Amino acid sequence: MANKKNKTNLERRDLLKGLAGVPVAGFFLLNLWQKIRRDKIKKSNLLSDLVQEKKAPSVVKSVSNSRQLNIGIIGYGGRGGHLVRGAGFATTAWTDKASENARKNKLDKQFETFMTQEDLNCSLVGVSDLFDVRADQGIDASKNETRPGGKPAVTAKKYPRYQDMLANDEIDAVIIATPDHWHAKIVIDAAKAGKHVYVEKGLTRTFDEAVDIYDVVKETGITFQLGHQNRQVEANEKAKQIYRQGLLGPVNLVEIATNRNSPWGAWVWNIHPKGNAKTIDWETFQEPSPNKIPFGEEALKRFFRWRCWFDYGTGLSGDLLSHDFDAINQIMDIGIPKYASSTGGVYFYKDGRDVPDTWNATFEYPDHKDGGLTLLYSATLSSANPRGNRIMGHDATMQMGGQSGGGSIHGFAVTADEYSTQYKERLNNGMINPSYPIMTYSPGSKDIDGVTSATSKYFANKGLLYTYRDGKRVDPTHLHVKDWLDSIRNGTQPRCNVDVAYHEAVACAMATESYLTGRRVEYDAKNRKLI
Amino acid sequence: MNTLNPSIKSNQYQFYGLVTLRFLIGWHFLYEGIAKLLNPYWSSAAYLLDSKWIFSGIAKSIVSNPTLLTISDYLNMWGLTLVGISLVFGLFSRYGALVGMGLIMMYYLFAPPLVGLEYGKPNEGSYIVVNKNLIEACALWVLYVFPTSQYIGIDRFMNNETKN
Repeated sequence: MANKKNKTNLERRDLLKGLAGVPVAGFFLLNLWQKIRRDKIKKSNLLSDLVQEKKAPSVVKSVSNSRQLNIGIIGYGGRGGHLVRGAGFATTAWTDKASENARKNKLDKQFETFMTQEDLNCSLVGVSDLFDVRADQGIDASKNETRPGGKPAVTAKKYPRYQDMLANDEIDAVIIATPDHWHAKIVIDAAKAGKHVYVEKGLTRTFDEAVDIYDVVKETGITFQLGHQNRQVEANEKAKQIYRQGLLGPVNLVEIATNRNSPWGAWVWNIHPKGNAKTIDWETFQEPSPNKIPFGEEALKRFFRWRCWFDYGTGLSGDLLSHDFDAINQIMDIGIPKYASSTGGVYFYKDGRDVPDTWNATFEYPDHKDGGLTLLYSATLSSANPRGNRIMGHDATMQMGGQSGGGSIHGFAVTADEYSTQYKERLNNGMINPSYPIMTYSPGSKDIDGVTSATSKYFANKGLLYTYRDGKRVDPTHLHVKDWLDSIRNGTQPRCNVDVAYHEAVACAMATESYLTGRRVEYDAKNRKLI
Repeated sequence: MNTLNPSIKSNQYQFYGLVTLRFLIGWHFLYEGIAKLLNPYWSSAAYLLDSKWIFSGIAKSIVSNPTLLTISDYLNMWGLTLVGISLVFGLFSRYGALVGMGLIMMYYLFAPPLVGLEYGKPNEGSYIVVNKNLIEACALWVLYVFPTSQYIGIDRFMNNETKN
């Protein structure tokens, strides 16, 4: 009897010792359950609908192959080359270098991204550039077989005069990537010739030219796209949802910034060794510019670094402010400001340029739906401190770009304000901590890759180099060109149509005008005039 | 070697000290694994991209290859979880300790706090050569050479000799 009892005790002790981990696991599960529950409440309280909707609205699919389109490029410089790559044509020099880079550095996905781009079923049939070397590069790109979609059907024809290209009835559409002072004239000529137009930003050099472009696009009914590829960036579409749902509360101040600190970033670009009076058509180049100079060393400098002079562009205004302005217009639909004022100067790059390298502009929207809004743009070309862009709401602030480190590249973070009215209760009960973001968005976090140079990192932070569709990395420039070609085929409006292009152009022109005249500039919407 | 020195077994303080260590490390592994399993956005890519020293080349190869990265993600998520379960329940705990030690040594070697190596992610403490990963790996080695699951844990049911 005692033996049996002893045996039972032993068995029970065995069991207890064998299963000693069970209470530990139970305690663990209890804590885990509490943690999961608390996290769930936190999320559902605030952003469940946004967190659940992981995919960005995708651009129209499956129409790219419906009708073959012939396109021409006017201005095959650095940007023109990128746009044509977006359409599926890269020079052999580019594909060779990109594939070599990919071999050397496994994290360099530029080549893969290009080769896996959708074939847009278009042919590059015409190239026009005032610099022979660049025109030849364009021809080379048109016949390079290393491309999505395989061997091209035709080789492009070189047009020394863009007017001859526009006279070719086989061309459906043109991409214009010349310096800004030529935009208006070429867009108007192209539209009148019935060609659809993709034109680079900044839209125009002057306010009047913007009005002319707007009118001619409306009159001719061509499909018009302005080159703000940010319109395709997933993060901006997410940001738009958040703003529209009122999660930031009333917004009265938006800060946007440019922070660059390299000669490249300040447009001090190489003067091509083959650039000379024979290879460059300088007289045509300077035809629409207000001041003219004879061909020589100064002209060469101006040809390759045209962004540094008001004769050909508007410097920071059209080149960089335009991007950030358009991104905010995309997210918040702010439209044209009532007033603009700006100040700045040439404080760092004393290289003969006349556009400022340090420049601040304010735009006032007294009639904005949130009671009134100030958009503040601050730019420097002598500091790369990543300030990023901020939409500062009464209830929360959205910080976009400018955040260094993995995971936040061209994403954003939304942080509640400690004095928020909307979140007051949740702030009080500890559900929201104003020290930490209530939401962060970092697309492609499962597929991080190396973005190396300071300038490309700057662009990546701004979301201008890459965006993500269903977790796959794509070049937004490609999506933007695709959006335009799809719209031509469908007869629909592309994302950066002439209406929003006009907003950007007028805002930038107002700020430029203010800098040049030293006074506050007002937009008279009724008469379409700057006062 | 696969059984505990009887002198330690008979010393309750020493013995339960080892058991407690096993529970704590098991708990830590279990939550590290489950937290990753529950987070659909978690990836080992960020850690690997910040890798320095001799394994940084391998780390880059893993990140640049989606298949390898997926394998690495699953190995981490499930490896940590299973080692956690093994240590908490005392199920194949010696192997669990060994696998856990391997995992933690990988974390250490991919990003050791050696003089001259700087990392993007700030540390929560101050480390030079020795960090918590190395200490936890060492603690797992202790658990491997002083196994306790034959006495306290499911392994007890599989080993009749240790019953007492």
